[in-house]
Amino acid sequence: MTIAVVRFGGSNCDRDTVAALEHLGIDAEIVWHEDGLPDEFSGIFLPGGFSYGDYLRAGAMAAHSPIMDEVREAVEAGTPLLGICNGAQIGCESGLAEGAFTTNVSARFQCEHVHVRVENADTPWTTAYEEGEVLELPIAHAEGRFEIADDALDRLEADDRILFRYCDADGNVTEEANPNGSKGSVAGILGVHDNAAVLMPHPERSTLPDLGHTDGRGVLEGFERSGT
Amino acid sequence: MTAYTATVTVRLKHGVLDPEAETTRKALERLGFDLEGLRSADRFEVDLDAESAQVARERADEMAERLLANPTIHDYDVEVSERE
Repeated sequence: MTIAVVRFGGSNCDRDTVAALEHLGIDAEIVWHEDGLPDEFSGIFLPGGFSYGDYLRAGAMAAHSPIMDEVREAVEAGTPLLGICNGAQIGCESGLAEGAFTTNVSARFQCEHVHVRVENADTPWTTAYEEGEVLELPIAHAEGRFEIADDALDRLEADDRILFRYCDADGNVTEEANPNGSKGSVAGILGVHDNAAVLMPHPERSTLPDLGHTDGRGVLEGFERSGT
Repeated sequence: MTAYTATVTVRLKHGVLDPEAETTRKALERLGFDLEGLRSADRFEVDLDAESAQVARERADEMAERLLANPTIHDYDVEVSERE
């Protein structure tokens, strides 16, 4: 299996992502967006970065790159997709996931470690964890505040599509532990199709043991469990 | 064909936080200005040729729907005027 890591102009987590996946024994290759998806691949990764300089809105331009038509088709056909940080913003802008990630309530770029609580451990992306488990993951974003209409958030909750919420070290979801003002403290959700997920924290920066913590590896291992 | 400019104004929906506007408001107050509130908006001026103002408006509408605005967080309006 090979994971296609889609590089847009301004992606900057693409090589980290390949290193993290390969460390887990998951084959991965960087795919330049203008070249389209390769003939054979078993999963798609939309990496972090600042595609198109975040012009207009973070992820808005990349969401309309021609490769995204192929990506949507593949996801509809069951290919697993993970969108991280800018990849999550692209995922929402392209309709692969509901909601939007927009300007942090601080109006600042924030690069820090946060805690997230696993809300649904019954997905390929979270089955490595227990429901309620607290992970420590890095964030690095200026537009990570999850916004969505109230009724749409209610539906996400009712359908158990929220994967992670920001919390304190003990797993309490509080306003203080919400780093960016996300509605419902949402840090990551399942996409419109169950095989896709988007999240703002960086599990690929929490996979290599050299970096000191490896809480994120279970998310990346989701590609192995999706079993396409 | 007539030359038009379609002005697309994209605003955050009522109730959606606008941290940049809030920061700007605070900065204005720091300068001594007295204000009750402040909202920011993006304005796009699109020059295009079309058969009629209605057609120009429809095209600008589609641009807003598909790219300029994000319907999850934005409302937008379009104004069309003839261009010299």
